[in-house]
Parts: sequence; C-alpha cells; structure tokens
Amino acid sequence: MIEAQDLTKNYGKKRAVDGLSFTVQPGVVTGFLGPNGSGKSTTMRLILGLDAPNKGDVTVNGRHYRDHSAPLHEVGALLEARSVHTGRSAYNHLLALAQTHGFPRRRVDEMIDLVGLREVARKRAGKFSLGMGQRLGIAAALLGDPKTVLLDEPVNGLDPEGIHWIRNLLKHLASEGKTVFVSSHLMSEMALTADHLIVIGRGKLIADTSVEEFVAHASGKSVLVRSPDLARLCETLAGPDITFTDDVRGAVEVHGLTAAQVGDAAAAAGIALHELTPQQASLEEAFMELTRSEIEFGATKPEETAQPAEATA
Amino acid sequence: MSAVTPALPTLDAPGRVTFSHVLSSEWTKFRSVRSTKWSLGVAIFLVVAVPLIPAFVTVHHWHNHESLDIKPLEIALPGIFIAQLAIAVLGVLVITPEYSTGSIRSTFTAVPKRLPVLWAKLLDYALVILALMVPAVLVSFFETQAIVSDVPGMQVSLATQNIARTLFMAPVYVMLVGVFALALGAIIRSTAGSIAAFAAIFFVLPPLTFILGTSWHDKINKYLPSTAGDSMWTLRPDSTSLSPLAGGLVLTAYCVAAILIAAVLVQRRDV
Repeated sequence: MIEAQDLTKNYGKKRAVDGLSFTVQPGVVTGFLGPNGSGKSTTMRLILGLDAPNKGDVTVNGRHYRDHSAPLHEVGALLEARSVHTGRSAYNHLLALAQTHGFPRRRVDEMIDLVGLREVARKRAGKFSLGMGQRLGIAAALLGDPKTVLLDEPVNGLDPEGIHWIRNLLKHLASEGKTVFVSSHLMSEMALTADHLIVIGRGKLIADTSVEEFVAHASGKSVLVRSPDLARLCETLAGPDITFTDDVRGAVEVHGLTAAQVGDAAAAAGIALHELTPQQASLEEAFMELTRSEIEFGATKPEETAQPAEATA
Repeated sequence: MSAVTPALPTLDAPGRVTFSHVLSSEWTKFRSVRSTKWSLGVAIFLVVAVPLIPAFVTVHHWHNHESLDIKPLEIALPGIFIAQLAIAVLGVLVITPEYSTGSIRSTFTAVPKRLPVLWAKLLDYALVILALMVPAVLVSFFETQAIVSDVPGMQVSLATQNIARTLFMAPVYVMLVGVFALALGAIIRSTAGSIAAFAAIFFVLPPLTFILGTSWHDKINKYLPSTAGDSMWTLRPDSTSLSPLAGGLVLTAYCVAAILIAAVLVQRRDV
C-alpha cells in the first residue's frame, strides 16, 4: 500500500509534482499514467525517499520508506533512469544489494536465473543492451521478495517475449496480494495489465479510477452510421446537442444519441442502414482526451522530460 | 524470461539492514571495479619501486667518493609522496562514479538512511589503504637498507630513534589524504571536479601562500592540510613545522570537517 498526501516537489522554479494525493491498493495492478514530463518518475523517487518533497508526505506500507528496517523487503523498485555502475558485473551489482540486507548469495543466483541473465552475469553492466539492463533492474527489484513493487516504464527496451513475461509477472504479483504500481506512457500496455489507473498531467492528479470507468468516462456517446441515404438520415436525426462528424468512407459519426435511438429513428423514417456501431474510446483515446490540455511540451519536443536527474542517465 | 508464467522463488531468509551488512556490501563494490585494482597496484608499485632510484644513486655516489646529503629514510620514503595521488584518486573513485552512473539510486534504495553507506565506504577504504601501505613501506625500507648496506652512516634499524614512528606515520598520512579525497568526492560528486579540488588543495595552495609574504606564510602554511600532513613524517623539520603528532591532528581535523560536510550533504541532497 502506497499513500501519498499533497505531495509536492519543485526543481528550482519548476513544479514537477503538484499537490498529488493518491492511494495504491494491494492485490491489483495500478497503472501510473501521464505524458512525458508529467512527474511520474519524480513521484517514484519521492516514494523511495531519493528526493525529498517540498510539501506533503508519502508512506509505503504505513511508514516512510527510509524508516523500514528492511527496505528491499518492503519495496522493490525499477527506476527509469539507469542505476547500475557500468564497470561492475551484474552478479556483483546484485550481490552488493543483497548484502546490505544479509540475503544469501543463493538469492542472487535465483534472481539471475529468473530474468535469464545467467550467461552474461559476470560481464560488466556497461556492456548490456537496453533490454538486458532492464532485466537486471527487474532482478534487483524482486531481490528482496518485496510486498510492494514499483516499476517505472518496465517494458522499455524489452522484446515481445520479455513484454509478455512482464505482463504475466505483474498480474502474478498482484494475485499474491502485493501492491503493484507501474508507470507507463504506453496506454496499450496499461490496457492489458492494469486494473486501476492513476493519471497525472503536469504533476497534478487527473484521474484515480478503474480502467473501465476511465474509458467509459472519456467516451462521449457516439455511433458510427453507414447508410445509402446519409443526407436525409442526418436531417431526420438533427436536434439540439446532436452533432455529426463526417467519415471519409461514406459514413457519419453521430454524437449525442445511442445506437438504439438512431436505429429507431431510421426505421421510423424508412431509411436503410448498412452499419450501426456504438463507438467506445480506446484507453489511448481516453487518455489523449483527458490530458490534451495537460501536455507539457508540444510536438516539437516530444522526448523531453521534466526530471533533471534523468538528464544524466 | 522464457517461462510464460513466472515462478517466483520465495525468500526464505528475511534480512535487514545492519552496519556490518552495509560494510560487506561496500566491500563487494570496492573490490569489484577495475579502478580499485589499478590504483592500488600503481600505489604499491610506486611505494616499493621509486626508492630504488635514490638507493642506487646513493651507492653510485659513494663509490665515486662524492659527498652525500641524504638520510636513510629519505631514500626509503619518496614513493609515498608520488603514490598519494593514486591513493587520492581511488578515494574519489570510491564514491563519484556512483553519481555519474546512477548506481547511487540503487545504493540509497537499499540503504535509505544513507549515512551507513558513507561510513562503510570510509572504513572499508581506510582499512585497505593501511593494510597495504604499512607492508609496502616496510618493504621499501628493508630493500633500500639492503642496497645501501655498504655505505657508511646509512644503516638504521627499526629501533633507531624516530624510524619506526616515521615508517608508521607515512602510511597513516597517505590514508588520511585518501580519506580527505573520498570526503571531497562525496561533497562534489563529479570525478573530475573532485580530483581538481584535491590537486588544488594539496599541490597548488601551499606554494600560493608565499605571495602573502614570509611572516604570513610562516603562520598559515604549516596549518594547510598538505604541510601539516608532511610534518607527520618529514625528516627535516624546520622551525615553522608542526610536530609529527600536531601535524597528524591538524590533517585529521581537516578530514573530520570534510566528512561532516559530506555527511550533511549526502543526507540532504536529492539523488
């Protein structure tokens, strides 16, 4: 369980996280969504006590992260920015982490086998590909058999097999009653794995809801209609609060009416319909809709992020 | 990651963060990077090999009946003066790459109270330097004594006045210099910046005090970290020098001050 209260963080004059309050529950996968630079990574660092908030408070499993006597047993974290010494082998990186808690060496071997790094475990981590680095980060996150798992963009750089593995892993962890908090800017990924969503933009909370509710809320009622007599149909349907969006393929999207209302009206007027499809926004569209005004950077700088620490990554 | 359904091994031995655990973790980090082996190898080589030059030169001069103005320990110890740079660079490298590579985030996630990490780094490092430099200095002493054994007036033993003390103070000096460099690394966080600051304090500052004029120079210079440190093991103290003990205490005080500043910053800063 992660509880954030009015969490606020400034970097110089820039406010990266702005009065964020949320609770991440155990037993489900909670997706943490936001455009690039919206404060996801900063929030992750605040949870782990790597950065100190200017205001507000965040606790993990009832305590500040730094007050736990076995932090790796409470929280396993994969941060987006690289956090491995490039000159040290994967094995020694994990061993040094395990030793801080007195975990046996056997545990390090188990984690290396789990993420499939056995063959390169003795190689310097600086030589690792993005995907291998990501696997090493996941091994480090799971080292202490943590009650809470915090993963920042875990599928970055993974191949399809690795992505599939992560999805199953997240669901498996949640099914064991663990708290799973996963950030991503990839909606499609979240649609497949997350049960609950926390959405932020410019450091502020936009939504804290289930995936279904989030999509339903963002989908305005609309129906795609195809008919040989579109012009007359539109005249028939026209009314206040009802708008039409032309579809290039000889169809029209009707906003403000249900499929049943459109179908009944067409039948009453004797107009043939070739298609009548209720439209539901995808998670991606829902997200775009909600965060449109919150996107920090325009299309000219899509890769830029707000966290200064990541510039060194 | 080939398994479709991950079989997560459970952790049957729960652990917790203790100082001895952090100490062994830092030891693993210390020994598992190349820079450690290189710096220590270079330092030991310099301490042991450089004294061979004045030793053979002394023998050569004696054979040619030229007058000698060198003391036995001045033959044995010049390597320390050069090796201190390798030792100081290693001190910086114990901590700065953690910041440049980002591994400090892993480190502080595992030990979020942070300060035990700093203490463990200092302790691991200081013990290794002492454990290697004390024998290296003894080797340089005995090898040079063996080479100049025929030269009259060059034979001393560990029982001779001040010899044992100086042979012990030299490694302690170089250890304190390294500890100071490590603390500088923790304060500055960049490798290049830390090494530059170290060089400025130890090699640029002392000659700079001459521009203040003799009377000020004499008052200030002996309290600089480098000059105070030198007086721990110098063989030609002048009238302005501190005693070996006082010099050691002054250098230790600089180390303590640097460590305290480092501790406050390590505790407070975002990483």
